[in-house]
Amino acid sequence: MHELSIAQNIVEIIQQRIPELEWKQVTAVRVKIGTVAGIVPDSLKFSFQAITAESALCNAQLITEHIPFRVHCCSCNTTSVNEDGFAMCGKCESTDIKVLSGTEMHVVEIELEETARVI
Amino acid sequence: MSIVTVERKVLEKNDELAARNREVFRSLGVFVINMVSSPGSGKTSILERTLEYLKDSLRATVIEGDVQTDLDAQRVAKLGVPVVQIITNGGCHLEAKLIQDALGTIDLKGVQLLIIENVGNLVCPANYDLGENMKIVVASTTEGDDKPLKYPGMFRNASALIINKIDLLPYVNCHLEELKSNALHINPKLNVFETSCTTKQGIGEWCMWLKEQVTSKK
Repeated sequence: MHELSIAQNIVEIIQQRIPELEWKQVTAVRVKIGTVAGIVPDSLKFSFQAITAESALCNAQLITEHIPFRVHCCSCNTTSVNEDGFAMCGKCESTDIKVLSGTEMHVVEIELEETARVI
Repeated sequence: MSIVTVERKVLEKNDELAARNREVFRSLGVFVINMVSSPGSGKTSILERTLEYLKDSLRATVIEGDVQTDLDAQRVAKLGVPVVQIITNGGCHLEAKLIQDALGTIDLKGVQLLIIENVGNLVCPANYDLGENMKIVVASTTEGDDKPLKYPGMFRNASALIINKIDLLPYVNCHLEELKSNALHINPKLNVFETSCTTKQGIGEWCMWLKEQVTSKK
């Protein structure tokens, strides 16, 4: 259940970026979670809700975007999506690959209602 | 509605602290390994055998991470090696901040090898950089040969895999070649060692490799 500690880190990022007076206006926080980031999105949402429910961030909803595990093969020059997390080319099975995406665990953006802000 | 663009890694704070730890280790010339595995794979036994093997040729120090008790620290202390116990009180992994705090209580001057034994957990420690030079994952034959596929994160980030309890192979449903193949599918760069802490098979090979890593990084 490290999702709880991950959720705590997301809350801290919101608190750092948004002035305290506007925390009630936060309606959503969007995060990118890669296939191989080792995160269960539902657990993360549950944890986020649990730790924000009684706080000024109670209106915030955690929205996750799944990022597939994509690898580029340096042998046959193709790109494949390996949702099983295998570090090999999906076509020729070479292990000479570069990981293009799928390891992400990023906070992308925070949505607020009403007040327009530019950062 | 307004949108604030953030684009920040969720574990940015941990990564920053880990970078600071790494700088401390680098400046003192300490090589650091982070040992990870599920509970009961034999991390502490491997640690004991490793320290017995290397303690006359390398100056080592240990940080033990456990959810409760200092039982593991007591085992290491019996070997005459300095050890600090971190008790996470329910926390399922070590974080860079806990290591930073522990560094305040140990003297790393002259230490060549710091071994951090993480909390036994095959999921959570994979995400948390502690500032180590490399992660070492231990998988025992009693856990079966499918663990790398079921818990890939831990194997993906490791530099070496120690397959422990090799002496029990005749009695358990684990195919060694399958286990290795599964691990290498996740991480083709893994250095694989086969050990038994009971018969001491493979301990010398693992220790010589580790010593080479320590001395070549200087």
